[in-house]
Amino acid sequence: MRSLTCDVLVIGSGPAGLAAAYEAKKHGAEDVLLLERNDELGGILQQCIHTGFGVREFGEDLSGPEYAWRWIARARSADLRVLSETMVLGVDHSRRVVASSRALGLVEILPRALVLAMGCRERPRGALAIPGSRPAGVFTAGTAQRLVNIEGYMPGERYVILGSGDIGMIMARRLTLEGAQVVAVCEILPYISGLRRNLVQCIRDFDIPLHLCTTVTEVRGRDRVESVIVSRVDEQWRPIAGTRQEIPCDTLLLSVGLVPENELTRMAGATIDPATGGPVVDEGHGTDVPGIFAAGNVVHVYDLVDDVSAAARIAGRSAGRYVRQGAPEAGQRIRLRAGENVRAVVPQILGLAALEEGPVVLQFRARHPVEGPVRAELVMGEGAGARVLLSRRHRYVRPAEMVTMSLPPALAAELAAAGDSARDLAVRIIE
Amino acid sequence: MYDVIIIGAGVVGAHIARALSRYRLRILLLDKATDVGDGTTKANTAIVHAGYDAKPGSNKARLNVAGNALFEQVCGELDVEFDRCGTYVVGVSEEDRATLEDLYRRGRQNGIRGLSLVGGPEMRSREPGITESVTGALFAATGGLVDPFALCYAAAENAVGNGAELLLETEVQGFLREDDAVVGVRTNRGEFRSRWTVISAGVHADDLMRAAGLDGFTITPRKGEYFVLDRAARAQVRNVLFPCPTPVSKGILVTPTIHGNVMLGPTATDIDDKENLSTTPEGLNEVLTGALKLIPGLESRQIIRSFTGLRASGSTGDFMIDAPKERPGLLILAGIESPGLTASPAIALEVVEMLREAGLELQERAEYVPLRRGIPRFSQLSPAEQEALIARDPRYGRIICRCETVTEGEVVAACHGAIPARTYDALKRRTRVGTGRCQGGFDLPLVLEIMARELGLSPLEITQKGGASNIVVRRTKEVAE
Repeated sequence: MRSLTCDVLVIGSGPAGLAAAYEAKKHGAEDVLLLERNDELGGILQQCIHTGFGVREFGEDLSGPEYAWRWIARARSADLRVLSETMVLGVDHSRRVVASSRALGLVEILPRALVLAMGCRERPRGALAIPGSRPAGVFTAGTAQRLVNIEGYMPGERYVILGSGDIGMIMARRLTLEGAQVVAVCEILPYISGLRRNLVQCIRDFDIPLHLCTTVTEVRGRDRVESVIVSRVDEQWRPIAGTRQEIPCDTLLLSVGLVPENELTRMAGATIDPATGGPVVDEGHGTDVPGIFAAGNVVHVYDLVDDVSAAARIAGRSAGRYVRQGAPEAGQRIRLRAGENVRAVVPQILGLAALEEGPVVLQFRARHPVEGPVRAELVMGEGAGARVLLSRRHRYVRPAEMVTMSLPPALAAELAAAGDSARDLAVRIIE
Repeated sequence: MYDVIIIGAGVVGAHIARALSRYRLRILLLDKATDVGDGTTKANTAIVHAGYDAKPGSNKARLNVAGNALFEQVCGELDVEFDRCGTYVVGVSEEDRATLEDLYRRGRQNGIRGLSLVGGPEMRSREPGITESVTGALFAATGGLVDPFALCYAAAENAVGNGAELLLETEVQGFLREDDAVVGVRTNRGEFRSRWTVISAGVHADDLMRAAGLDGFTITPRKGEYFVLDRAARAQVRNVLFPCPTPVSKGILVTPTIHGNVMLGPTATDIDDKENLSTTPEGLNEVLTGALKLIPGLESRQIIRSFTGLRASGSTGDFMIDAPKERPGLLILAGIESPGLTASPAIALEVVEMLREAGLELQERAEYVPLRRGIPRFSQLSPAEQEALIARDPRYGRIICRCETVTEGEVVAACHGAIPARTYDALKRRTRVGTGRCQGGFDLPLVLEIMARELGLSPLEITQKGGASNIVVRRTKEVAE
């Protein structure tokens, strides 16, 4: 087996991988190797031909491929090594990676630091256990997006979309523009799960019917989908008797959530946070396996690609620094927990030494929306006796939109002084 | 003129074709579906049963035990994975203890070796995730796991390699008769004459019997719904676990699969429609509830697929294996429900003997090859073997299905096998492409392109499972009229 070494190996060349590799190189890693399973760099961006990318990163509204090409140009200028059409088969806790490609056969790669940037994948029909028959014509929205935008084929003519995730809403518009009919978008929740701007630009502007508190309870059809049954649901998501309605269609698209892709992370032995589906990371986006970092959607699913790039920069920087200086002195480490109306917090671990050096941004999502003034708080202790360390006002919170909170370096001294009682902090959202 | 026509290329029909292909005979294997093994074979519990539960003296008991004993040999010859891991029947109450003892006695009567009764605490140590109410279990060391489709496909491929002819998408519409005798079949592809016609048509056997003028045996399709769980669920499930059986079914079991997933099911509901393979909210709920009674720690978020299979449940309760005197030239296999998969190699041998006794001349062919090699399974190879394979054909270096680690080389090989994969589902069953946790989300566009290239078709012509099950319907930028 051919064996390669490098300073930093980055697995995946989507927005996270590109930014992490670029940043690792900028921060001291001489030899950065980027692995991509497709023939082209850019990951899922290449099929996202709509705009909405790059406003924060480049100050321009770009399409996915344009955003990717900006980053690929950066990578080229930084002289990164790239292995495309190469799929990683395994990783172990000593960072030994085995990959496979047509050109090289099996390759063993022994990097001094590893950045995991595999992105996320879509939840399939099976995960929802929708009863009924199993005809052709059921796709995840992202698979349909690839078929339409990359392969140039239409998966159907008359669509029902289950789930109001961003890809589903964007595909509703895309398919309409291709002359297909989107007859319904159904969302089990009382609110959409994607971004407000996609609701406006992709659903309302095209007069596509959106049904909240509604789900698909049966798929019908022998060879191809012939119809779906949709039902309204109660607060526990149970179908309400007497609300069944049959909608003729030939295709059911699913946009019911994204799951961080962490099979390799598990193989590497990193601890997974059940709340995010990604590895537990510290403020430098390092996992609990030394020298292994996680970038972007493998940590938790972001709503904006610019934020993926920004998060991946943190991981890349940490990997570069790890190669140059080894593991930094962590100092006192604090565990961050999700409190009231918070689903999960990233990072889960905060090192006070790092906080002293510069601000650390916490990212989290609300469990349920609050359409009115709220406060996001960092607290020590439980319940009424909790001590509020930081409090930030927000006009609203929505599960679809990530909330952030920047911790100032000055907080480090306060936490150090609190000693053991500050080992465990919670983030909460209260009205 | 054929010597033997076999109607139905399920696991039973395929084994019969293979068993007959060792003799100088012209054999035709027919199936109405687009692939072999498309009926009950592709959707069942995938367990090689020990045989403790069939009624002593029945065909089921005899052929279960005989078939079970053949699995090492058959799977070895056919290059099919088989794991004789043993199976458990789990008791959770005092009454169950009596049931387990009954099963033990019945098993001994059926001539099964390797049966033992296991106490509750011992069972808990063998299966740490098992329900706390476990009171004991029956262990059957001869039980095992197999991929039923792989077995069927391998047997059919081996039969074809030995000269048997296979015609798919060929539906029998009636029988050719000379007086009482059956002398062939009438199909959508024309008439085929034969000395012998074997009905091994699963849930449709009784319809064919009626078409041959034979009444008195009916098959009720008995629906079984299942869940398949992510490989990660293997952490909670070590063994094949049956609950104590009921009169209609072996109950909702929890089992690893030969491919490393976990499977739950089946339900047992009699239905009328032999084409109804839909899952139902009630059925799926019953599967999960039943499975949780055995392994309370199972997580529903690990479900990656649900499916339904139909058991060909016969009116006599036993396998019918008969060459009725009033229809010379016809041999009937009907009601081959569980343990039909286990019994299938033994049924085939029995059919050969019946035909021999009825006067079919069986001369061994010197060129008969019992061995068959499957497509290399990249994910199962050692790194050295993987390297050698990629060196020979670089397409084995390109991973098409990330969840199951299936390569382009395997996909290409399946498109050009002795029984080529012509649909996405056929490819899936041969290579496991699209069967993992993302359920084809990643591989589908790639597979569509490769299949089209290899089969000389447009992606528009590739179907999921034949008929009108096309995956894509038109090019973009072409608005339909």
